[in-house]
Amino acid sequence: MTVRIMKPQEVARYSIDKKPLFILDVRNEDAFADWKIEGASIEYLNIPYFDLLDGVDEVKGKLPTDRDILVVCAKEGSSLMVAEMLSEEGMDVAYLEGGMKSWSEYLEPVKVGTLSQGGELYQFVRLGKGCLSYMVIDQGKAAIIDATRMTDVFLDFAKDKGATIEHVFDTHLHADHISGGRAIAEATGANYYLPTQDAEEVVFDFNKLADGLHVTVGNTSIEAIFSPGHTSGSTSFVIDSAYLLTGDILFIDSIGRPDLAGMAEDWVGDLRTTLYDRYEKLSEELVVLPAHFMEMTEVNADGSVAKKLSTLFSENHGLQVEDEKEFRSLVTENLPPQPNAYQEIRKTNMGVLTPDADTQREMEIGPNRCAVR
Amino acid sequence: MIETANVLDAKGLACPMPIVRTRKAMQDLSAGDILEILATDKGSTADIKAWAANSGHAYLGTETEDGVLHHFLKKDGANVEVKQDIPVMELDAFTKKLEQNPALTIIDVREPEEFNEAHIPGAQNIALGDIESRMNELDKNDTLYLICQTGRRSGIAGIQLEENGFKHVYNVVPGMTEWKRKTEKRGN
Repeated sequence: MTVRIMKPQEVARYSIDKKPLFILDVRNEDAFADWKIEGASIEYLNIPYFDLLDGVDEVKGKLPTDRDILVVCAKEGSSLMVAEMLSEEGMDVAYLEGGMKSWSEYLEPVKVGTLSQGGELYQFVRLGKGCLSYMVIDQGKAAIIDATRMTDVFLDFAKDKGATIEHVFDTHLHADHISGGRAIAEATGANYYLPTQDAEEVVFDFNKLADGLHVTVGNTSIEAIFSPGHTSGSTSFVIDSAYLLTGDILFIDSIGRPDLAGMAEDWVGDLRTTLYDRYEKLSEELVVLPAHFMEMTEVNADGSVAKKLSTLFSENHGLQVEDEKEFRSLVTENLPPQPNAYQEIRKTNMGVLTPDADTQREMEIGPNRCAVR
Repeated sequence: MIETANVLDAKGLACPMPIVRTRKAMQDLSAGDILEILATDKGSTADIKAWAANSGHAYLGTETEDGVLHHFLKKDGANVEVKQDIPVMELDAFTKKLEQNPALTIIDVREPEEFNEAHIPGAQNIALGDIESRMNELDKNDTLYLICQTGRRSGIAGIQLEENGFKHVYNVVPGMTEWKRKTEKRGN
């Protein structure tokens, strides 16, 4: 039986459409415990490839017959070896092309809405890492918000849509992933905007992103709202008076953490004001589009990550804390571990460090940890 | 050519090959032997460590030189208590001691070609891989100062010597990388 190759976009379908899948993850136990392919319909077995060198007998009996089987490793080589061994034993299995490395880099484009002037809004869901990027397209023009370093995905997508990228924004200086904003702007001649407060140590030229900044893409309006708290410059965007891009301030079931630039105590007040005051004044009909998600349960049936602001005000854990003291302790104490290499990632996004592609990949490995619940 | 007895070159190989080769190399060794594995795959460190734990070998450590990882494993050593640390002597303190007594017994456990390039005057060269077979050249009651490039190999050599009854062994750290004083060359 030949071994099948499964591409990340096929795995994305299992994850989003909740199709049954069995993953035999042959990475070492620490790597598996740290992060894996998530999905409500996925069952797992973790046995390191190096425990299977003598044969796959111990695994064979543990594999189901009623669902597809995918062998996964870090970069592909070991999963191919194990998949071939299973195949020789007559099992029908696939392995993940490019391994967890390519899963971490895969972006699923999802259309989140048609805009009032006929434009379109797309969300790019990075399932392996929980990052969300956005593209507004109208009248052959495009703007991108919070692009990841896989810049070709955005450039190709715009090209397919026949759109010229004019504006590139980052809601804040990211600490969990390397921004592709600057590279896209350089490749296209677009304007690259960063919040000034986050950019004190930035070593390249950029456009200043400040409260009230208003740009149009075709006939669609994008308006910046200063919303500090995750960083001192964190800025939200209202698109077409219908969508609220919250960056790392407000997520679907959690809120941003204020400590990744080392300022938890100082920024708690800002975070509270943004969430409980600034956002309170906005239309409850706005659809919130965050820069991250944490759990697959936050992903809608169509693959998007989006919910009305009114729903979040009644359901999001981080928006239900009336007591200020309690809020302060929620966002400064018992925080989850900080993201892998977050200091180096921040420096890379400032242009201070310029690691090569392999190192960048290495720096981003692991789960996203930008929120507190 | 590296003359260490048990060196596996897995440079340039991607996962799973470093482990596949390591496993095969270990089969040819005897209990207690040390294998040095050269690899460039960054993922090999975690996997070698985990594989060693699952298969009863002791993972002694990894040293990085010029982008190459040097992993050290001891065959069937998992149940033997691996003493990771022999007494350490900082280079400054060592230098002072050497000034007072130029006749200290210094054992440089780097490879001969590293030793030939530059070594502390008066040092003897016994490469890490030769320690087991050549320790009879040394006096168990003598005080030995072990040195290598960064302190990793000398640390492993020290463990081997202590296990064989050597009583006064020091690991000079961080090693030749920080040695700023006079060195000697040795012709081939």
